[in-house]
Amino acid sequence: MTTSLPNPAVRTGWTDPPPRKGFFTDTSICIGCKACEVACKEWNHVPEDGLNLLGSSYDNTGSLGASTWRHVAFIEQPAFPGSGPATNASGTTGPATSVSAPRTRTSVDLGLPSFELPGAAASAGDRTEFRWLMSSDVCKHCTNAACLDVCPTGALFRTEFGTVVVQEDICNGCGYCVPACPYGVIERREGDRSVHNSGVAQKCTLCYDRIGEGQTPACAQACPTQSIQFGDVDELRERAAARVAALHADGVEQARLYGADPNDGVGGTGAMFLLLDEPEVYGLPPDPVVTTRDLPTMWRRAALAAATVLAGAAVSFLGRGSR
Amino acid sequence: MAECHPVGFQWVMEAKARGAKVIHVDPRYTRTSALADMHVPLRAGSDIAFLGAIINYILSNDSYFREYVVAYTNAATIISEDFVDVDELDGVFSGYDPETGVYDMQSWGYEGMPEVSASSGEFPESHAGSDNSATQGDGDQDEKSQGETGAGHEMGGHGANLDHAQVHRDETLQHPRCVLQILKRHFARYTPEMVQETSGVSPEQFEQVCRAVVENSGRERTTAWVYSVGWTHHTVGVQYIRCAAIIQLLLGNMGRPGGGILALRGHASIQGSTDIPTLFNILPGYLPMPKVDAHASLKDYLETISSPEQKGFWTEADTYTVSLLKAYWGEAATAENDYCFDYIPRLSGDHGTYQTVMDMLADKIEGYLLLGQNPAVGSAHGKMQRLAMAKLKYLVVRDLNMIESATFWKDSPEIATGELATKDIATEVFFFPAAAHVEKDGTFTQTQRLLQWHHKAVAPPGDCRSELQFFFEVGRRMREKLADSKLSRDRPLLDLTWNYPTDEKGEPSADAVLREINGVHLSGEKAGQPLNSYTEMKADGSTSGGCWIYTGVYADGVNQAMRRKPRTEQGPVAPEWGWAWPANRRILYNRASADPAGKPWSERKAYIRWDADAGRWTGPDEVDFPVTTPPGYRPPPGTGGPKGLAGDDPFVMQGDGKGWLYAPTGLLDGPMPEHYEPHESPVSNPFHRQQASPTRQVFPRTDNLSAPSGAEPGAGVYPYVFTTYRLTEHHTAGGMSRWVPYLSELQPEFFCEVSPELAAERSLVNLGWATIVTPRTAIEARVLVTDRVVPLTVGGTTIHQIGLPYHWGVGGDALTSGDSANDLFGVTLDANVHIQETKVASCDIRPGRRPTGPALLDFVDNYRKRADITTETGNERRTPAGDQPEGAAVAGKKNS
Repeated sequence: MTTSLPNPAVRTGWTDPPPRKGFFTDTSICIGCKACEVACKEWNHVPEDGLNLLGSSYDNTGSLGASTWRHVAFIEQPAFPGSGPATNASGTTGPATSVSAPRTRTSVDLGLPSFELPGAAASAGDRTEFRWLMSSDVCKHCTNAACLDVCPTGALFRTEFGTVVVQEDICNGCGYCVPACPYGVIERREGDRSVHNSGVAQKCTLCYDRIGEGQTPACAQACPTQSIQFGDVDELRERAAARVAALHADGVEQARLYGADPNDGVGGTGAMFLLLDEPEVYGLPPDPVVTTRDLPTMWRRAALAAATVLAGAAVSFLGRGSR
Repeated sequence: MAECHPVGFQWVMEAKARGAKVIHVDPRYTRTSALADMHVPLRAGSDIAFLGAIINYILSNDSYFREYVVAYTNAATIISEDFVDVDELDGVFSGYDPETGVYDMQSWGYEGMPEVSASSGEFPESHAGSDNSATQGDGDQDEKSQGETGAGHEMGGHGANLDHAQVHRDETLQHPRCVLQILKRHFARYTPEMVQETSGVSPEQFEQVCRAVVENSGRERTTAWVYSVGWTHHTVGVQYIRCAAIIQLLLGNMGRPGGGILALRGHASIQGSTDIPTLFNILPGYLPMPKVDAHASLKDYLETISSPEQKGFWTEADTYTVSLLKAYWGEAATAENDYCFDYIPRLSGDHGTYQTVMDMLADKIEGYLLLGQNPAVGSAHGKMQRLAMAKLKYLVVRDLNMIESATFWKDSPEIATGELATKDIATEVFFFPAAAHVEKDGTFTQTQRLLQWHHKAVAPPGDCRSELQFFFEVGRRMREKLADSKLSRDRPLLDLTWNYPTDEKGEPSADAVLREINGVHLSGEKAGQPLNSYTEMKADGSTSGGCWIYTGVYADGVNQAMRRKPRTEQGPVAPEWGWAWPANRRILYNRASADPAGKPWSERKAYIRWDADAGRWTGPDEVDFPVTTPPGYRPPPGTGGPKGLAGDDPFVMQGDGKGWLYAPTGLLDGPMPEHYEPHESPVSNPFHRQQASPTRQVFPRTDNLSAPSGAEPGAGVYPYVFTTYRLTEHHTAGGMSRWVPYLSELQPEFFCEVSPELAAERSLVNLGWATIVTPRTAIEARVLVTDRVVPLTVGGTTIHQIGLPYHWGVGGDALTSGDSANDLFGVTLDANVHIQETKVASCDIRPGRRPTGPALLDFVDNYRKRADITTETGNERRTPAGDQPEGAAVAGKKNS
């Protein structure tokens, strides 16, 4: 990692802020225990939001939302039919070794919902490269955060740690931030008055109340395998790069970082991920763009258009006057 | 392990990061499989075929660690010429009695051992297995058959004894009757082809596992086997673990760093609850419970624990027992009254949980105390559990929540079917809210035998109280009521030492209890001081100690379990974190980490070594050996006890100082593991005509019917294998998780997991409903169709397995409820330990919800009729019944 991420706290006017804080979520060692989800809810008083069996592997929380600030995705990846020999390099069905085996696919499976029963496409004999991916998703705490840009009340603000936090007592529930987020993270909490913070936009705070006291965010604290690591973003970026290199050296060629590129559409994120496949497989946008990126251009164009209309009108009056 | 022990799994991940290879063998593809280097799916209940073939691979390729095996195991020991193996006897070992289903173990013994030690009384003819007299639902049994039923537990926890240690050995391992040769012949039948036929594992994958295990064992490397409690939930569960023990001994992986067999327990401190037991058949420290007919005096009792001529530390059992009696009865325990040995209740038979339930049904039991246990959901045959509790006079439930076992009288499935009616249930139920672990002081003992102290963080809310306080109060009040009693039967209670300091809320000091468990000097200059080691215990009443293996936890007057020195401040063995029994020893039998001459097998795996200059064993751990016994020491013949251990006898608790590849005594179902099919199995045993374990405990009752197996007519009515398991998100029978919103929303509903192939075969739809039927009942579950369940090809046919998490139960109080997977099982037990077979049975599955009300009973009954099930079905112990070769049953018995 040669380039480092800028600290947006400086840009927003914090003088001499502490180092930018963030998460590095290494999904290659996530065991899907969901301790992060539970610890997050316990610490942040996020309410239980529905006892619904989703029939989607072991995931029954579905996605990030107002009452799910950490979400563990479970992706059952069937074999890739036509991927060559029935066994991978080591001849096993194990997922980790199958990761290490370079494979030649005839089609790209993006892990998107299909209309078939899971596994219906492959017969049992073909199912040799099955793997079960697990990954804990969270607010990305973007370098260029659209939610913050569009917030009319200032309820969303950039902390001294470079994170993005909602102040629940200021948010008026206008909901502008909801479509602004390129990841679909932030949401207004549904429910009547009995529900804590209902009507207010909610998302991960990177445990602002904990890190201010020198503590680790609840999810990272609870993670038994250190799949979720918390720390200074610069240091995490080095760790992440080293981990990817190590996995590549082990033959896990598909390992890649997500959110680590300062030149991506959001200027890089404070929460990075090590993925074992395309982002789409995990339900992550492959090329997120801060939705407010084009606002200046759009305003310029709108102004130009307005000026043109005005000019046209003026010309028409002038023309009439010349008659 | 990732699924059920996610916190411990971090260390597996750490090992993996350092290059360890992780192989996961499990019918189910779990979160562990997802992270493992290899997942090996196999048919539930076929583990001995798989493990036995690994043993065969090791032996037939001469891959065993020869020096280790010759010196440290009984491989060289010669076995009696009377022993006959299963291949000659149509599937049973010599000594089997088809009438009683019990083995006479005489023929299995070491050559040169006397027949049966008259003094020991350990192998009397009445050493019977299970009871077949109860053919009716009322479970009527006479006293004699009850006594017979109890046989499996009589060993206590201390294993088998030997009369002496003078065994005949052939260290060339060539003698045809030496253990190694017997083992070779026995396991020769366990070929890779048989693994495929039995377990559904391909020869290629099997070979990979064997290679990985063998290549990672020896001088430079060690392999660890990790199992969870599911391995024990079989009628042959003890022999599963014996397989792992044989593999580890052959490969030299015992007593060495990175080796061993690690048993992951079902929940916190289950290790502790066997050390200081909640089991009916043992006293603290694995001392056996005395028996009513054999143990009239302390002397009789001690003689059955060990012979003075055998090797090792069990010969000191008199000091452990007398110290325990002094801890119980203090001043009242004197040499004159056998230290109140008479106060200890005597076993009259099996009083295990399932026998107790059947006794409840037979109106033999009035009261039942449930402490953090939810048998209505967590035990096999939930219906039998609930119907039995409805027969009680009173039931006490102590739990965090109003569990199904406390509410069965108003909302159990039997109320819905009409089998129970609330107005007819006379059981008075007392519910006591319990304090959680963070609300009380105490220790947890985990699977490494490590005691770790936990401090009370907050006071228990409302009326919640700790178990410690509850029992202290019960004892205090009972003693108060009996204070004026002149009856001798009340003396055990009145003479009990029952004085613990309490806090302002009446909570006794857990620290004081731990100190009592540790034991103290009662007389002499050290009077009042805690014992530092169990070797300080005396049999003359001058010491006390509540559990000899825990002695030392209060060494130097300090609560050693409370130590929390970070690993960064000490070496990798970390002896100053908590305290491990015995004697803070982290690796048992660690003498075996050095070669016979006392040098480490390799520097890479160095642990304990003999320091000739200092004249003692030394290393980073507590030495598990008489510390000044040199490697070359050979005791004079006939020397017993610790002094009888030769310098190369690392297995210090065994009567001959050696690791047992072959168990000449002690196991009721055979000296070596043998594959038998589960009690219910759609597969015919590929090894021989003996279908299921001939010693399994069967209960042929009208309320405990079994499906036909293998080729029996009607077996096709229940064509599928099902297994049960846990999910990370829930805890056992749900008492600690189904009332917690944050856990319930993660797994909100009972489901079954099926393969896409089975879904197609039975028209099951993802997220739809399925009904699962066994001869006991039918339950409904939502369907999860997943590639993680793989159909296996066994014996040329496809075997489908259905996975069922067992966390749910029917009741009205939890946030999430549902049918209970354990309702599907009947009661059939392992003869050794009375553990139920709840990891495999046969069933049918069909789409849609089950019938409700009385129609459910008809539905289940129709299935039984189609399969022509009677109480005899599936319960024959010897198969095919009455078709054995002449004399096979008695072959191998001495012609005396």
